[in-house]
Amino acid sequence: MSDKVVAELQEPTPAVGDGGPDMIQLLTPEGQRVSHPDYDKYVADLTPEDLRSFYRDLVLIRRLDAEGYALQRQGELGLWPSLLGQEAAQVGSGRALKPHDFVFPTYREHGVGFVRGMDPQSSLQLFRGVSQGGWDPQENNFHLYTIVIGAQALHATGYAMGVRMDGNVGTGDPDRDTAVICYFGDGASSQGDVNEAFVYAASFDAPVVFFCQNNQWAISEPVEKQTRIPLFQRARGFGFPGVRVDGNDILATYAVTQHCLDEARNGNGPLLIEAYTYRMGAHTTADDPTKYRVSAEVEEWKFRDPILRLKTLLAHEGMADEEFFARIDEEADQFAAELREGCVTMETMPGETMWDHVYAEDHPVMEAERAAYLAYKASFEEAN
Amino acid sequence: MAGQLEKVTLGKSITNGLRKAMEVDPKVVLIGEDIGKLGGVFRITEGLQKDFGEDRVIDSPLAESGIVGTAVGMALRGYRPVCEIQFDGFVYPAFDQIVSQVAKMHARALGAVKIPMVIRIPFGGGIGSPEHHSESPEAYFAHTAGLRVVACSNPEDAHWMIQQAVACDDPVIFFEPKRRYHDRAEYDTSATVAPRGLFEANVLREGTDVTLLGYGPVVKTMLESAAAAEAEGTSIEVIDLRSLSPLPIETIVASVRKTGRLVIVQEASSYLGMASEISAQVTEQCFYELEAPVIRVAGANIPYPPSRMEEEFLPDLDRILDGVDRALAY
Repeated sequence: MSDKVVAELQEPTPAVGDGGPDMIQLLTPEGQRVSHPDYDKYVADLTPEDLRSFYRDLVLIRRLDAEGYALQRQGELGLWPSLLGQEAAQVGSGRALKPHDFVFPTYREHGVGFVRGMDPQSSLQLFRGVSQGGWDPQENNFHLYTIVIGAQALHATGYAMGVRMDGNVGTGDPDRDTAVICYFGDGASSQGDVNEAFVYAASFDAPVVFFCQNNQWAISEPVEKQTRIPLFQRARGFGFPGVRVDGNDILATYAVTQHCLDEARNGNGPLLIEAYTYRMGAHTTADDPTKYRVSAEVEEWKFRDPILRLKTLLAHEGMADEEFFARIDEEADQFAAELREGCVTMETMPGETMWDHVYAEDHPVMEAERAAYLAYKASFEEAN
Repeated sequence: MAGQLEKVTLGKSITNGLRKAMEVDPKVVLIGEDIGKLGGVFRITEGLQKDFGEDRVIDSPLAESGIVGTAVGMALRGYRPVCEIQFDGFVYPAFDQIVSQVAKMHARALGAVKIPMVIRIPFGGGIGSPEHHSESPEAYFAHTAGLRVVACSNPEDAHWMIQQAVACDDPVIFFEPKRRYHDRAEYDTSATVAPRGLFEANVLREGTDVTLLGYGPVVKTMLESAAAAEAEGTSIEVIDLRSLSPLPIETIVASVRKTGRLVIVQEASSYLGMASEISAQVTEQCFYELEAPVIRVAGANIPYPPSRMEEEFLPDLDRILDGVDRALAY
């Protein structure tokens, strides 16, 4: 073992804290643009218009999240998993994707779905209980939410293996070379499926970027329960690069994801990104974080807010004025009103459709049970 | 055109069927442990990697959830993966992927995506192996909506059923009777039309006194039992179930209405097994035709025993005939 490796093991980058010296950052919590020799080039072409649209996305998905929370409290949703605090990680990485790239989300990636062009109502239907997903993954190359923790990492890897078998890696044709991105969290990093996905992706040089949003908490368990070393360093053991990025810095998440997606498209996958962020809210609306974490920690992370720092940059650099910010707030109000209206008017499908899509081909049990159900229902009408 | 009659083993029939499926559809890929150069521990994929390349016959890392989970991703990308699970007892690490992902994805997407996947599992005992190599886990999968479950029992069926399973747009769990891999039978290997649908049962022998029903490795034993019973004057109808889900219940009911007696044979433990469900459905549909309760001849309700004791566990000719006698005693 080299001295360098021994030294690293003896004094590892902390798994928790402020992210440590390895964390890539382009925009400080105070809104100061800082330079990075490797990643500046990925944001060099961003225009003020691009940055304003980043800001708009951040504000709208925070509003989507706030509405999801409120709708659950009003009884309109059964559950809501909040993304509060993770907006930059989701918008930054999502905006780095090309339309023909493919996304495998968890159940918290409402922001990624939004920037992929998903109808915002889509994320609500699962939690309203009108479907178990219900959208066509091919429409926006955004797969269904996966609730079993980490299971989608294997789907992403297999999909990426298929991309490679199709010959859509390393051709140099930007419209053809394709990357797959897989979202998961710090808790999922302990799952067998995620670790198997790392092994498979490495063995088959799969063009997949594993995007871990380390939000510090897996329901009530802090990240120290999942790992001794920083999660991005896990990649090294599997034989591929890992990088930690400030997940509350939209410029850095955008830049680092761009870089990793390019690497994957060029045939240098897989790669792991650890977006270092914080779950500002509860795990879901069924959770009570006051039972297991101190409010001082939450207060500290408020200073690292992803939206505030971009707003500061836009204002200080003269790229946006008060009128712009007011206009986005108005748009968010309108967006929220439409979202609420769409949610409460979402239709529940009739009972007899339960059997419709269990199988792709005809199935005698589906037909028999549907017929029996309809006959049973009809017997009430006859009785009346 | 004259048929090409050949005597082929059950194992080689699956190999040939897989080869045909791969020739017909370039999207068919195989994935599993040791299936490439080695051709699998049972040699079912022998020669296929040499002919179709490493992209289509994929030696997987040693992780079963990974086999099935990556196959889901390949299916989403437009491939038709055929997974090989090395032994029945090794399928459980993939259980979540099969039950929560493979089985449900079409329904969750309201039909927008299909998972046309086959998961091949050699199953059953009788080969003298250590633990986890002789199990019959079919009921777990037959219980799960979204999956189709079949089991072949003879070479000609193996040849056709694997091709039909690959062509099916739904996920199919394909059970192979491992102790019958080396059994040979003669059939027309040049035929172009399958003798029957994948989800149909097959009446192998007609009879009038008792219906004997089973699937996979016990079918051969059932036929031997029927021949022995005939020598004693009992006429047994033998049905190879073939499809465990959906259940070809009409064929079973038609037979039971004729014979009035049903004996179901399975290697799996009796408790909540295939025979339990069939018994319930037959009772519901044939209550007035039954002359005796439905009899189950099954494995004991214990973990699969050490191999030196497995003959005491597995239904054999004598236990099947004992079941027939019990049915006839009413």
